Amino acid sequence: MTMSESNTITVDPFEGERPKETHFHARMAVLNIRENWAAWNGYKLANYFYDAEYEYFCVRNGCGTYDICGMQKYFVAGKDAEAMLNRMVTRDISKMNVDRVTYLVWCTDEGRLIDDGTVFKLGHERFMLTCGSPSLAWLEKSCYGFKDVSIVDMSEQIAALAFQGPTSCEVLKRMGLEDIHTLKPFGIMHFPFAGSEDKPLMVSRTGFTGDLGYELWIKPELALEMWDSLYAAGEDYNIQPFGEAALNMARMEAGFIMPLMEFNETLKTVHFRHDHTPFQLSLDWLVDFKKPHFNGRAALLKEKHDGAEYTLVKLDIEGNKPAEECNVYSDEDCENEIGYVTSAMWSPAVKANIALAMVKTKYLKGEIWAEIYYNKELRPYKKVARCTIKEKPFWTHPRSRATPPLPY
Amino acid sequence: MNQYDAIVIGAGHNGLTNAAYLAKAGLEVLVVEKNDYIGGAAVSRELHEGWVYSSCSYVCSMMRQAIHRDLDLTKHGLILVPYLGNVAFGDNGETLVGYTDEEANYNALRKISPHDADAMFRLHTDLARYAQLIRKTLLRTPPDPTSFRPRDINELLWLAKQFWSLGEKELYEYIRFFTMSAADYLEDYLENDLIKATMASAGIIGTALGVYSPGSAYILLHHVMGDVDGNIGAWGLARGGMGAISQSLAGALQEHGGEIRLNAGVQKILVKNQKAVGIVLENGDELYANIVVSNLDAKRTFTQCMDEDDLPPGIFEKAKNFKIRGSSGKVNIALSGLPKFTGVPNNRYVNRGGQAFVGSLETMERAYDDWKHGRWSKDPFIESVIPSAWDPTVAPPGKHWMSNFVQYCPSQLADGPWTPEKRNAFGQTVVDKIERYSPGFKDLIVHMEVRTPHEIEAEVGLTEGNIFQGELTIDQLLFNRPFPGYAQYRMPVKNMYMCGSSTHPGGGVSSACGANAAREILMDLRRSNTVPVDDFYDE
Repeated sequence: MTMSESNTITVDPFEGERPKETHFHARMAVLNIRENWAAWNGYKLANYFYDAEYEYFCVRNGCGTYDICGMQKYFVAGKDAEAMLNRMVTRDISKMNVDRVTYLVWCTDEGRLIDDGTVFKLGHERFMLTCGSPSLAWLEKSCYGFKDVSIVDMSEQIAALAFQGPTSCEVLKRMGLEDIHTLKPFGIMHFPFAGSEDKPLMVSRTGFTGDLGYELWIKPELALEMWDSLYAAGEDYNIQPFGEAALNMARMEAGFIMPLMEFNETLKTVHFRHDHTPFQLSLDWLVDFKKPHFNGRAALLKEKHDGAEYTLVKLDIEGNKPAEECNVYSDEDCENEIGYVTSAMWSPAVKANIALAMVKTKYLKGEIWAEIYYNKELRPYKKVARCTIKEKPFWTHPRSRATPPLPY
Repeated sequence: MNQYDAIVIGAGHNGLTNAAYLAKAGLEVLVVEKNDYIGGAAVSRELHEGWVYSSCSYVCSMMRQAIHRDLDLTKHGLILVPYLGNVAFGDNGETLVGYTDEEANYNALRKISPHDADAMFRLHTDLARYAQLIRKTLLRTPPDPTSFRPRDINELLWLAKQFWSLGEKELYEYIRFFTMSAADYLEDYLENDLIKATMASAGIIGTALGVYSPGSAYILLHHVMGDVDGNIGAWGLARGGMGAISQSLAGALQEHGGEIRLNAGVQKILVKNQKAVGIVLENGDELYANIVVSNLDAKRTFTQCMDEDDLPPGIFEKAKNFKIRGSSGKVNIALSGLPKFTGVPNNRYVNRGGQAFVGSLETMERAYDDWKHGRWSKDPFIESVIPSAWDPTVAPPGKHWMSNFVQYCPSQLADGPWTPEKRNAFGQTVVDKIERYSPGFKDLIVHMEVRTPHEIEAEVGLTEGNIFQGELTIDQLLFNRPFPGYAQYRMPVKNMYMCGSSTHPGGGVSSACGANAAREILMDLRRSNTVPVDDFYDE
């Protein structure tokens, strides 16, 4: 059949080659009027739907949804599940209560970062691990020596939607999620949904935007119904889907790290020491030497003692030219290179030129200068700008920590 | 305590900015405000329970980013949220939808005029050239062209260099531009009347000029030169209303130890031996200060708060003749739902942003004729925006409010003084016009705040309700603002300064006047400067 015979392609010669559609795709496709799609673990993911900056402002001003179906989700269950995870990750999860979530990282024996993610404690011997990249092989390898632990890849069996922004709690309340305002940060609640009494809707107070926000987890059959219910409730609260571009802005302001920006997964790193350790990423608080042995413990203990060669810092940079992909120096003449910017942007909320940067630890106390290249009507320009280290996230709001959340 | 380093009169956004920078430099600063709330014309008021109006100014694009950043206004609660979509309504039922996205905007223009869709690129480029030059002057003190002080000569040279960098042809065009009317200026670019009228409407906002009056081209530029995060020409809403800007500035002021006193209207600025020494409040209290800064407009400052005898010869006359004519009204309407407009796609990105009821160039000119005759326009130009569609904090869920800026409305009517009846009739004119484009609009009305120049003057204190604290015509711009020889924020009486929009760079919620004045004051006091230099996207 040639195209001239019919405009309808009955057999897709590229079947299986196209990015998969997520469980929310039917609704998102309608709203993605710019047709600007990226991909995440084989799933279509919007870069933006209409206007990235507008979507970013929905997260800071109203509320927005971000499709996290592409996130990898693993059920880790069995009598040894906790011990196995606690051996794998650097944080101590043995004191976690059921219905709590914790952010963590895991490393190789050399203390190099494999990935970051969250662990949901769903039951006494039942956990869900979420992360950005497929990790089945590493999880199975980590089970070596543990008898009663099973790993099930649930990535395709759970539909998940991040729901973030100041009005998010109010909208969930309108959606009928009673007592949602009592949910504490990193807590989990289960709700009846779609006439089902067995509480198929799981909500965690988690997110990646640095503001009030939740993540909604449900079986794929109910995904669209949940979307519709959420959007009906959110109609008067500036609900809007946001894409990767807006997420990246929000997470940078919150000071959160992103794979392929702040860190290169060690299992995918060719060049020596182009990967990272938790200390370099300023994730010291995620490493617990008091707990029993864990992967990378010896190497990390040594690094803690010796000090990390690089440290990830938050920079406030003078001027307004984002310091994208630039090096930083200890002198205005840019002669002594001391590190590099990992991500940078103009922050519309804070009105500051912000960046995350890897800087050689021994230079942190001195001056830091960024050599910024930018382009003005085809002509490249260079600017050297003074950088100031910020200890706190660029954006934070008390409502993100308060329970119940403060009024929007 | 009744002795301060500096007293600032008027807690409008420029007064608060000025005070914040003085306080930041270590001065003991008091801001006195006649109302029982701060903000002046950058104010949020809940006049009907659940609805928060930006009673006066309603959108923001000139706020100096450098000041926002420097005073950490975000920490003090300020978030500026851009809104999307504009619709202009023509007399014959035609509509023009405006988008922030360049391609979408091009397509929308093409539907009406393929010629103008292309020509718009040249128009925007030319306006951007002029705008970037003016933008650079906003956070600088205008040079005195008659002075031989090195600082003035350097600043004049700097200014000349900026102009010269336009190139010979553009330099001629620019000089012409300052004296042109908005309609004549656009004639060289556009052919479609609705597109012309839509662009020209920015040239009459807040000003007692018509689209065909010389000088209105500059006003157009003044309204398109702002930006939100580098998006030139974009407009933003302050979350929580425009009062959030004043509140955040007050937060910064208080952080640096400054003080604000409400219900403290000023009766008089005290002058001894040709030096300002303090103020007398309306309640008779006397407060003393080394520095007195007026954030009131030039006319009010000199003709109402000072004795003619305390001023050097000629100043009182200059102030009396300062061009500050009331030409606009503001109607804030609380609505039980989102209004629907005829001929506008039912699409959230275009149906709830800005609305411009422009009619045509002819209609706008006729509207100006009414003003000249001492009447409010029968068929006014209205610029509207629905802040509640973007800001969840300013109306109950599902309810809305619409800000309507109305051109023209005189401060003095030909048939006698303003009365509540006349004010209501003016409001009705506005509602009737909107109803024409949005059938059923009237049924949505829950509450209305109608403000003629009379109310604006009475409540805010702006003479004649002029939103710019004085017309933005070339005779009152740059080193002519407010008067030639007094453009550097220092007033004819020693130790007295002005920091309001009557000074350079003029009207708009920019904080620039207040910051510039603070820099001059600190220079005179030999204190180190706390005011940042501006930063630009297109430096």
